[in-house]
Amino acid sequence: MTSLPAPSEKRLGLVIDLDTCVGCHACAVNCKEWNTGAGASPLGDVDAYGGNPSGAWLNRIHTFEVTPADAPAQIVHFPKSCLHCDDAPCVTVCPTGASHKRAEDGIVLVTEDLCIGCGLCAWACPYGAREMDPVENVIKKCTLCVDRIYSETLPEEDRIPACVRTCPSNARHFGDFNDPGSDVSILVAERGGIDLMPEMGTRPVNKYLPPRPKTGPKTRQQTAPANPSAADMPNAEGGFLGWLDAALEKLG
Amino acid sequence: MNQIDRTHDTTDSATEIRQTTCYMCACRCGINVHMKGETVQYIEGNRDHPINKGVLCAKGSAGIMQHYSPARLKKPLLRTGKRGEGKFKEIEWDEALELAAGWLGKVRSDDPRKLAFFTGRDQSQSMTGWWAQAYGTPNYAAHGGFCSVNMAAAGIYTMGGAFWEFGAPDWDHTELFMIFGVAEDHDSNPIKMGLGKLKARGVKVIGVNPVRTGYNAIADEWLGITPGTDGLLILSLIHELIRSGQIDIDYLIRYTNAPWLVIDDPDGDGHGLFARDDDGVPLVADRLSGEIALSSSPGVKPAMKGSFTLPDGRSAVPVFELLAKKYADPQYAPAAVAGRTGISADTIARIAGEIAEAAFKREIVIERPWTDMKGERHARMIGRPVAFHAMRGISAHSNGFQTARALHLLQILLGSIDCPGGFRFKPPYPRPVAGQPRPHGGACADTALAGPHLGYPRGPEDLLLEADGETAQRIDKAFSWDAPLSAHGLMHMVISNAHARDPYGIDVLFMYMANMAWNSSMNTTSVMDMLTDKDDNGDYVIPRIIYSDAYSSEMVAFADLVLPDTTYLERHDCISLLDRPISEPEALCDSIRWPVVEPDRDVRGFQSVLLDLGARLKLPGMVDDDGKAVYKDYADYIVNHQRKPGIGPLSGWRGPDGTKTGRGEPNPDQLRRYIENGGFSQVHVPEEAHYFKHANRAWSDWAIEHGLQDGPVENIFQLYLEPLRKFQLAAEGKIKPVPPEHHRDRIKRCFDPLPTWYPPFMDEGVEDVVYPLHAITQRPAAMYHSWGSQNAWLRQIHGENALYVPGAICEHENLNDGDWALVTSPSGEVRVQVRRMDAVNGETLWTWNAIGKRAGAWALDKNAPEATRGFLLNHLIDELLPPKGDGRRWANSDPITGQAAWFDLRVAIRRDPDQSGERSLPAAPPQASPVGTGPDQVAFTGEET
Repeated sequence: MTSLPAPSEKRLGLVIDLDTCVGCHACAVNCKEWNTGAGASPLGDVDAYGGNPSGAWLNRIHTFEVTPADAPAQIVHFPKSCLHCDDAPCVTVCPTGASHKRAEDGIVLVTEDLCIGCGLCAWACPYGAREMDPVENVIKKCTLCVDRIYSETLPEEDRIPACVRTCPSNARHFGDFNDPGSDVSILVAERGGIDLMPEMGTRPVNKYLPPRPKTGPKTRQQTAPANPSAADMPNAEGGFLGWLDAALEKLG
Repeated sequence: MNQIDRTHDTTDSATEIRQTTCYMCACRCGINVHMKGETVQYIEGNRDHPINKGVLCAKGSAGIMQHYSPARLKKPLLRTGKRGEGKFKEIEWDEALELAAGWLGKVRSDDPRKLAFFTGRDQSQSMTGWWAQAYGTPNYAAHGGFCSVNMAAAGIYTMGGAFWEFGAPDWDHTELFMIFGVAEDHDSNPIKMGLGKLKARGVKVIGVNPVRTGYNAIADEWLGITPGTDGLLILSLIHELIRSGQIDIDYLIRYTNAPWLVIDDPDGDGHGLFARDDDGVPLVADRLSGEIALSSSPGVKPAMKGSFTLPDGRSAVPVFELLAKKYADPQYAPAAVAGRTGISADTIARIAGEIAEAAFKREIVIERPWTDMKGERHARMIGRPVAFHAMRGISAHSNGFQTARALHLLQILLGSIDCPGGFRFKPPYPRPVAGQPRPHGGACADTALAGPHLGYPRGPEDLLLEADGETAQRIDKAFSWDAPLSAHGLMHMVISNAHARDPYGIDVLFMYMANMAWNSSMNTTSVMDMLTDKDDNGDYVIPRIIYSDAYSSEMVAFADLVLPDTTYLERHDCISLLDRPISEPEALCDSIRWPVVEPDRDVRGFQSVLLDLGARLKLPGMVDDDGKAVYKDYADYIVNHQRKPGIGPLSGWRGPDGTKTGRGEPNPDQLRRYIENGGFSQVHVPEEAHYFKHANRAWSDWAIEHGLQDGPVENIFQLYLEPLRKFQLAAEGKIKPVPPEHHRDRIKRCFDPLPTWYPPFMDEGVEDVVYPLHAITQRPAAMYHSWGSQNAWLRQIHGENALYVPGAICEHENLNDGDWALVTSPSGEVRVQVRRMDAVNGETLWTWNAIGKRAGAWALDKNAPEATRGFLLNHLIDELLPPKGDGRRWANSDPITGQAAWFDLRVAIRRDPDQSGERSLPAAPPQASPVGTGPDQVAFTGEET
């Protein structure tokens, strides 16, 4: 079994805004592309053009329908990747030390050479955030683009995870949760960021911002000012044309 | 080894970034293509690009899999089997081009009408149109007729621009945003970026859409409208605003035809036209003196109501009075439209109030002086911060033109067009009808057409009819009584009309990037039959089909000759201001594609092939006096072609030293300058011209200087659209040409010069009890058109499509998730898998668009879920309306523009009593694949394993 390190000085992770995510899959595909084509860990696909295509993805978008009793049904798009938990059960369950949490920044990674593909970590993860690569038969997971964020050759502004850089609606944010002045800490404070499944005791680093309340058809907030009634229209004294005269007079 | 220690890392110095333009959908974002040697490694958004500013969607990020797709065609193909089988032999380019030139040359010298040249998702229409004009066939258009011509035409006729390529919401200033029926590719990343900005500022977003996915899922309020009733909802909002006096009268007087006098002479032939002086200048009445004056006179204070006597003795009333009376009518009251639209009266009234509150209580003032076209200096720019966006959801109906007009009317009544916080024009727009061409037809052997095919008729006199005043000149019947204002043509009618030889048969059907044998046609099965049908002599009714595509699509199988195109990373292109520009409200922009990778197959960019064919045919402008080709290839054309002196496909770095923008001599170094700048040109509009472009002197001067227009263009917003009234007068028999009897009632009813609403035609043709439901499609965010299915990554997201069915209907029909259901319409039946959904209008079924595939296409295995469980709704949609018993073919299209009315579909659903068999139906027989089937695994370099 593998041990967790002492609490790290930095706790890097993501804030994902469920009020802004339109479910477009941009983050998931750019992640796949970075890791496969350019980045750290090529993500295999099998039966790519066949009857049952499948592949390894480090980030997947799930879609849920919510049907509140007093409001119209609603769709929530839910991007899901490794949450880099402080108490990561995927690490402690690992028999080889392949699955580990970094002492310096809290990122959870897999050393693929040590991975025997037993899949215990995937079973242990309550979020289903680990994937068996169907080609290499080792576990793959979100690295928080550790090869980007510490890169010395990428332009400074690009030293963020690929999913954050590509997100069109700006629903994804990256930063240090131990820094109260970071964007992610401020967003969590202002918008009531939540832990995913806190009852599991994993203490995830990543946070989700909940959807803001929607306006339902039954909530009457404002009404059109009751100027003239439609019945007065259009020829009566006053009425709309009376309003028009006054409006024209004001124009001079 | 750690996950992070892998070798192929972009961060190493061997990586080179080449910047070009995406083509994974119609959005045209800037991309950084990371290269390792000559291998594409990674594609990301270009941070400097005006469209996407660094972000990139799922499609764009999957571009690498499109580029290395196994479905790429490799060499020209000549059909060896029967049409539709997909059996070909590879031939050399020279043979292919000689064959094509032979067929095309014969048609050109016999009867050029017998070539129908239609391009689909073509981003080079200014070039393909120019080619077709030089060839001399009247039968050219791109795909706008089955896409969103209602939106484009309504906007141009009303105010000189519509949404998307014409203009954008003022995301930074708006206080309320309302979005109607938007397909994901119109305008993909900018809308997502804009929504992100609104969310960050806490601005309310209202989504109007039968289905609550995507943008509607995050909307703060969702109106799950019944399809085809958006116009009614909008007119009810207008009713509320007029009723409560919440409109911008000053704006209407200054910028619209609201004060213009309309002749009130019910028996005369001028009834309903504008009163004009001898020079054609519209007249107004001075509201103080009552005297008739020119609308163009500075300082006139026009009346907005009342009846006035014209110098010729006839009466006339201002447009505004007609307008106010029409929309104040109780038929538009919220309570009157609630049932039909599915939106409660309270909600409509409340939203009208919210719109008014944002527009007038949260007025935005930018302290920036500007001068209007009449010479008046304004101290500041005043904004009505309510913004709208809309697209195919409101336009793909038979009432879509009037609905889009209604939405623009709403915007204009609020004073929110091109003001701070409202909708903003993007250069070169606004460009009103006065600055647009008329359509050109006619056809003479071996002669170029007199002008561009597509344009904006001003009245019945501009129709393209034969001498009998009835028969259409064009094969798609564009600009005929069927569809007078069909500014984008009617691509969806071409095959059907050519097959019916109505108005005539054709010899060659030549198409580019248009999957007409599958998802780009209504009634797919019938269209496949038409393409394979033979006459009594055993010859195909459509004798020759030439098709160009980069991939082994369904349409390829029906071609006699296939001209293989390149992928988007292997080609030159220009996203031109002459075409469908990518400008932003504050910048004039255009861009290029260039071969960041050379093709590894024997394929050629279609536009270069077209120029080669043009030279072989010796078309004017494509050969010099010695008969030699003028342009070596498309890149040469992009740099050196001049549409007018100094005006070419690209606006940036013109002139011999590259210092001119817009106007200037060709610059041989132009493409290099684009490449150095990241693949695009961006020139900022002066601050004084940022808003009120329709009436802004600084904008007009700047637009003229940059070659966007040749002189000042008057742009008075046309709330009352006189060309429509002229068609009504023709239908009333008062002006010529007079439409045939059977068209008259429809024209009188639908061509209302003030925006109106009438039920979708399909509603009239079917009985509610037989087909009680609506059915529509949506384009998924992660898939565009049919291209996506060959993409190993995207097909893992959308490899099959279910039909989403409202919960109550599921319960009534005993349908559970995964059950097979039969869905019927007046023209067909499909067998599909269902999934329950409640976040949808209760009378509406829906599915994702273009996921279903024909087995054998796109290099997919014949058991691919796209072919076995995926399906097209297209099978249920006929290009014709159900027969009315009058013996005529009535198009399932908008009667004004001819836009395909995809979303008028009415259906019934029931559980399939036979739940065995995991297959959707109908299933076309598999097509043979000229490129084989894709490999099991995909390596990121494109090396197959």
